Amino acid sequence: MMNRWQYFKRLAPLMAIMALVLAACGREDLSTLNPQGPVAEEQFDLMVTAIVIMSLVIVVVFAICLYVIIRFRRRKGDKSIPKQVEGSHKLEIVWTVIPIILLIILGVPTVQSVFNLAKDYSNDPDAVKVIVTSHQYWWEFEYPELGIKTAQELVIPTGKTIWIEAKTADVLHSFWIPSLAGKIDTNPGGNTNYMYFSAPKEGVYLGKCAELCGPSHGLMDFKVKSVDPASFDRWATAIKEPVALPSDPAIAEVFESKCLTCHAVGAFGGPAFPNLTGIGSRESVAGILVNVEADDKQYEHEDTVYNNLYKWIKDPEAVKPGNLMSNQYDLTDEEIEGIAQYLSELTLDFEQ
Amino acid sequence: MDWLTTVDHKKIGILYLIAGGFFFLVGGLEAILIRIQLWKPQNDFVGADTYNELLTMHGTTMIFLAAMPVIFALMNAVIPLQIGARDVAFPFVNSLGFWTFLFGGILLNVSWIVGDVPDAGWTAYAPLAGSTYSNDHGMDYYVLGLQIAGIGTLIGGINFLVTIINMRAPGMTFMRMPMFTWSAFITSALILFAFPALTVGLAALMFDRLFEANFFDPSAGGNAVLWEHIFWIFGHPEVYILILPAFGIISEVISTFSRKRLFGYSSMVFATILIGFLGFMVWAHHMFTTGLGPVANALFSIATMLIAVPTGIKIFNWLFTMWGGSISFKSPNLFAVGFIPTFVMGGVTGVMLAAAPADFQYHDSYFVVAHFHYVIVGGLVLGLFSGVHYWWPKMFGRILNEGLAQLTFWTFFIGFHLTFFVQHFLGLMGMPRRIWQYLDGLGFNEMNLISTIGALLMGLGTIIFLINVVVTSVKPKNAPADPWEDGRTLEWTIPSPPPEYNFAQTPLVRGYDAYWKEKQDGHSGMTPAEPLGPIHMPSPSILPFFMGLGFFIAGFGFMYAPDWGHFLGTDLTVGHAIGIVGLLMVLICMLLRSVIDDHGFHIEEDEIKRDLGGKA
Ligand code: HEM
Ligand SMILES: [Cu+2]
Repeated sequence: MMNRWQYFKRLAPLMAIMALVLAACGREDLSTLNPQGPVAEEQFDLMVTAIVIMSLVIVVVFAICLYVIIRFRRRKGDKSIPKQVEGSHKLEIVWTVIPIILLIILGVPTVQSVFNLAKDYSNDPDAVKVIVTSHQYWWEFEYPELGIKTAQELVIPTGKTIWIEAKTADVLHSFWIPSLAGKIDTNPGGNTNYMYFSAPKEGVYLGKCAELCGPSHGLMDFKVKSVDPASFDRWATAIKEPVALPSDPAIAEVFESKCLTCHAVGAFGGPAFPNLTGIGSRESVAGILVNVEADDKQYEHEDTVYNNLYKWIKDPEAVKPGNLMSNQYDLTDEEIEGIAQYLSELTLDFEQ
Repeated sequence: MDWLTTVDHKKIGILYLIAGGFFFLVGGLEAILIRIQLWKPQNDFVGADTYNELLTMHGTTMIFLAAMPVIFALMNAVIPLQIGARDVAFPFVNSLGFWTFLFGGILLNVSWIVGDVPDAGWTAYAPLAGSTYSNDHGMDYYVLGLQIAGIGTLIGGINFLVTIINMRAPGMTFMRMPMFTWSAFITSALILFAFPALTVGLAALMFDRLFEANFFDPSAGGNAVLWEHIFWIFGHPEVYILILPAFGIISEVISTFSRKRLFGYSSMVFATILIGFLGFMVWAHHMFTTGLGPVANALFSIATMLIAVPTGIKIFNWLFTMWGGSISFKSPNLFAVGFIPTFVMGGVTGVMLAAAPADFQYHDSYFVVAHFHYVIVGGLVLGLFSGVHYWWPKMFGRILNEGLAQLTFWTFFIGFHLTFFVQHFLGLMGMPRRIWQYLDGLGFNEMNLISTIGALLMGLGTIIFLINVVVTSVKPKNAPADPWEDGRTLEWTIPSPPPEYNFAQTPLVRGYDAYWKEKQDGHSGMTPAEPLGPIHMPSPSILPFFMGLGFFIAGFGFMYAPDWGHFLGTDLTVGHAIGIVGLLMVLICMLLRSVIDDHGFHIEEDEIKRDLGGKA
């Protein structure tokens, strides 16, 4: 018992150092090593426990290994024959029992956490319920209680528990928000999955698809935008307000006939593909073309909302190979410009 | 011609080595292309489709067409010698196993020529692998190629089981068997139980794809998660099928080059059996995020962690085999010693992955890529390199150039760690696996670049190895019977390469490490267990080759049955007709095999005496 104690005492500072080192790793909005919410924190703690135990094992094995290969290397011309040892029951029991103890130290919190993360919030009136449906290669977010359907950007209130119901419309995908919650697969058919998480801090967190789903799998990103509850309510109201079609009747005409066959804005159009209501205030177009101010452009995939929209509508295939929007319509440059202009101004003013 | 008809286990071993080595190069080339694509963000070196094809073929080729066959190469070359047998139990079946593997592998790779390449990952998850979402012939190549290659593996495994059970020399009890033979035995048992699951899965997927069945199609009442279960019930034991032989090789090599008996032999045997058994109990740890519920996740977490215990026993037994020994760092041992820490690193990340809630973060990220490459490349491939360098003189009668071998080790070893160590962090920092591009500015760039440089270095190591093979093969065949001078097991008692009949007289085994024991007792060789006499040998046969070819033709025909027109105005399509011709070919070969009364031949006493005299 005494031994165990000392062991833990020695482990604690190691854990702390480890946590510090690891936490410095990666972007706050993306890295699992930099958790931003209680669920990811719980997973991170388990990871640190495991990493500490495993580092210990590695250190011991490496030490023995180094010692052995230095101490017992054959000298030149050495013809002597070492003692042929059969084994040692004592030693063998030692290295059976120690791993078992280590596994118990890791196994207990694992099992606790498995059940903890499987908690059911479906009947919690405080939780925000979201039905996530994955599609090749975009994400649909439906808030059944609020009557909202949006795409690519999951807006959530800070602090509230978000209760996710995850499904897919086509092949397997996996819904992953590294800095907030880990992941859950989206299965076809009746195999619906559930997951919960929350984000205490405001911010935009990156989400990814984590199951091979076709050529653009790696580009199937989404954003989780956590805003204060008041802003969230304003967003929920704003997104349901009526939306005007483009003021230029010619543009309105092509927009209706070429785009709204698949997409929806406000009460217009069809629900099959990403809902475009409020697209002008999203963080990105198509999940990967990140919207920035013209002066802030740093990377190839960043540009202004307008430019991103233009680029996407002009040639979706060049942005996301294999997506279902490619080759579905024929537009002149002027029409694309008009539509991009209109969509870039289709904003929702909700953040305080 | 001799090579097409041979049923000699040593020659089949060499055939496996050549074919497996070739597919290693193909898979390696695919890997290098993948790494070139990922060396910088948003690279357009290959297209998104091509990337997924490379990825799928890399995984499939490496597991089924490279690693397995090279393991089979060593098993074929060594097992009968280690147990004092003249061949495997069913030499004809052994040859059939090789040819079905080879033709299956070729069929899979014909897809590159045709241009319809499998692209749903080596795990071929439904529905992406089904005909709705993969509607070219790519996945058909996967299904049929693997099905045919799988026949070869399954019958190969059964053959080794029977061989090891029935053909051990007198005195070679189970508890005196060399560790490599033990691991081959357990591996074969795993093959026997795991491969039928794959066969069933592939057959069901084939029905889905070729005949519009709906096993895995949820829109028609099928279940996609079912495929995951079937695949991993095969797939998890498969990774133990791969790693156990490496454990066996390491045990042999470490003990030989430390001049010491394996520490804790009986616990090693026990650990191997336990790992094999637990290997079947943990398949769902690949499915923690599939949504099996907390009870299943908890159980499979714990079961998976348990595997660390027998694995740990092995690691420490190796370390204590070296402890107090006289360790020589000739190339086989260099690889073996490099294996230990590397494999430990792969093992500990395995335990980390076993913690289900943490796996919600690791799963399908680069962390997983790092983990399984540490086990498969850092473990298995280092093990195979070790085994190949170790037994090369026995197989070919020539010792590989030591300088080049050392150079191979260092480039490969350093390249390996450069490639895969950083990937742990990439994964933890949020990089999913199987992605064609990553965006700039996420902090992934530098590590991916390092990884690519490492991969090129590994490629260089492989090239040095190939140069070594060429350089060595022009040297005279003069390897002694016991080239490492500290050989402990039976294969080192006979000439390198061994005569066709292996043992002029079956040896009498008087203890564990039979040859070592005789040497310690001051004898120069084994005591024979039988008088010198004519040796009965099986005849060579071309039938296995044609059976493999028949399967190949059949697979090809059925795959294209829906595309090609009808056959002479009948209901049958041309594809069906070709398929039937292929199957008929197989059946006729089977018939011939049954009706031809072939008693084999004898090698006469005079000839054996001449061999013995020549060597003495
Ligand atoms: C010219 C008219 C169209 C416009 C302006 C338009 C606009 C857009 C935009 C802006 C996105 C990205 C959504 C986001 O980031 O939230 C998108 C995605 C998408 N659109 Fe369209 N669209 C048009 C026509 C179509 C048509 C006709 C189809 C269907 C046949 C279609 C199918 C899709 C699909 C499947 C995606 C998701 C692609 C992915 O992210 O993988 N679109 N569209
Ligand atoms: Cu995906």
